[in-house]
Amino acid sequence: MEENVLILGAASDMAVGIARKFAAEGYSITLAGRNMDRLKAIEADLKVRHNGNVSSVMFDALDFENHYNFYHSLPEKPDVVISVFGLLGDQEEAQSDWKSCQEILFSNYVGAVSILNVVANDFEKRKKGVIVGISSVAGERGRQSNYLYGSAKAGFTSYLSGLRNRMFRHGVHVLTVKPGFVKTKMIENMKTPGPLTATPKEVGERVFKAVKAKTDTIYVRPIWSPVMIMIRNIPEGVFKKMKL
Amino acid sequence: MKKSISNWNNYPVVEAKEISFDNPKELSLKLTHSSIPHGNGRCYGDASLFSEVVNTLRYDKVLAFDETHGIITCQSGVLLSELLQIIVPRGWFLPVTPGTKFITVGGAIASDVHGKNHHVDGSFSNHIVSMSVLTGTGETLICSKNQNSDLFWATCGGMGLTGIILDVKFRLKGIHSSHIRQKQIKAENLDHVMELFDQNTESTYSVAWIDCLKSGKNFGRSILMLGEHAGTDETPVENKLLAKEKSLMTVPFHFPSFVLNGFSVKLFNALYYAKNYKKEMNSVVHYDGYFYPLDSILEWNKIYGKKGFVQYQFVLPLETSKEGLKNILTRINKMGMGSFLAVLKLFGHQDDLISFPMKGYTLALDFPIREGLFGFLDELDQVVADFGGRIYLSKDARMKKEIFWKTYPHATEFQRIIKKYDPDNRFNSNLSQRLMLKV
Repeated sequence: MEENVLILGAASDMAVGIARKFAAEGYSITLAGRNMDRLKAIEADLKVRHNGNVSSVMFDALDFENHYNFYHSLPEKPDVVISVFGLLGDQEEAQSDWKSCQEILFSNYVGAVSILNVVANDFEKRKKGVIVGISSVAGERGRQSNYLYGSAKAGFTSYLSGLRNRMFRHGVHVLTVKPGFVKTKMIENMKTPGPLTATPKEVGERVFKAVKAKTDTIYVRPIWSPVMIMIRNIPEGVFKKMKL
Repeated sequence: MKKSISNWNNYPVVEAKEISFDNPKELSLKLTHSSIPHGNGRCYGDASLFSEVVNTLRYDKVLAFDETHGIITCQSGVLLSELLQIIVPRGWFLPVTPGTKFITVGGAIASDVHGKNHHVDGSFSNHIVSMSVLTGTGETLICSKNQNSDLFWATCGGMGLTGIILDVKFRLKGIHSSHIRQKQIKAENLDHVMELFDQNTESTYSVAWIDCLKSGKNFGRSILMLGEHAGTDETPVENKLLAKEKSLMTVPFHFPSFVLNGFSVKLFNALYYAKNYKKEMNSVVHYDGYFYPLDSILEWNKIYGKKGFVQYQFVLPLETSKEGLKNILTRINKMGMGSFLAVLKLFGHQDDLISFPMKGYTLALDFPIREGLFGFLDELDQVVADFGGRIYLSKDARMKKEIFWKTYPHATEFQRIIKKYDPDNRFNSNLSQRLMLKV
């Protein structure tokens, strides 16, 4: 039987890029998300494009209590789990409004930890599986314009690295993806530099390749590697004065 | 936040706020200001430009494919290139395709695109079973030739002015092979190529490349390219239904404007004509090279430099085509304003509400933007209008409104229908303002 990929937060543009690539490579796909309308359209699309085996299930990243039941009632246990959900939010609003701040932290960190703990325990028992976490370059250094989002992603990146360390001897692979800019809804009104901006399709291709090659951490566009080395190495005394 | 956007010819450039959607429910909430739908930005002008644009590229799901009858249902933001990947391996092809596959289905309808088979199959709208449109009244209406037909006809070729095309169901064309049997015939001059078009109306696909800078007895020398979908036995490759994605070349930067001049274009034309060393050449080629020769050179528009270019495409009624083409080609000849790609085609009959094609000859040319060009094109517009022809709105960035109103016979009716479906002008574009389409 073909291997199954579970995509958490499957209605986003990046998730669609990833789902299309895995479906094209013959995987069966389980789409999990909150908005059934969107999932059904994506499900139809994957079926037409790739004659694939696709199903959609309701999943709310913030409904922590239900994560265990959600995972254990899936029609098919996945071989690959990709956690794509996240929320950029509004930094300024979140600075003064705890509810929106909490939503950012929960969506990007707590929710991911909650569901991936359940997945990890299952994979550990089964002695196989791949866990992919879509984190962010924003987690590498906090900047005034998005440090709430960034700090949650930093937590997520650390979580994934710890999880990788734990799961290695159980034959489970953990991949951390820091996409950089991707042409998605999240940045629809941002001007982003062309060479640093990937398409959702590229994300799908890079993630697939990294899953196959068992790479630990990737940027979607390799150019981000030197860019982030520079950003990480700006002395804090200088960094704090910059408008970023 | 606003960003600079332009279409394929880099002219005009506007500052616009861009919104996008992947779900119609979310879209209606976002439409707070007047806006215009914008697909992959491959039109040549200002039809899809405004201070607020609705990018449809995220609305790109293919919803159903009836492989037995060749009927596909998709969201409007899906690119023809993506559809080809899906349908060709299963024995189907686009019923009508323009010279690039990098356009959205919504764009194909809003421009009511035509292809090399117009004289046989008509334009894109001819193959639509039905579609849904989010109109200016906030309703989502299904329309077809029989249902809400006024909305249907005002949407086909309507430049996005009735609203946002959402889901589209259309018919495909059955094929046995992804290859095209091609015949290229050299024509010594304009009379000759028109004669050849006339003799080859049976041919499914026909189009001619024409040298606009040649005078004397070779005035209007051309290469006529005919094509048929090849059968399985003629297809040279093992996999008969291959939708190949060629490796793509990219033009790395905007060429300085001096690169294109009368001399370099003449040289290009001479080489292009000379490559066909025989009078008639037959071959079997993959559809990608046949229909989309320029798609393999990504961003070829940069050849024209940062100032951009305009594409000029007009059609003349059959009765006046010969005289009109001679008149216009002579003017272009005199100005020395040649173009790499001048394309001539004989359209079949069509008399829709606002679509461009009509029975007669259409000529499309590129002109790099330089001093004096717009004045010259205004002169050409006048000639086109005097001969009873018209200009293609998808390629237009500068026509004067008087010319439009004079040359599109159903313009008033079109205006009345868009007013009915968009009474408050929720949809508006630089083009509709320039031509005074929205009142």
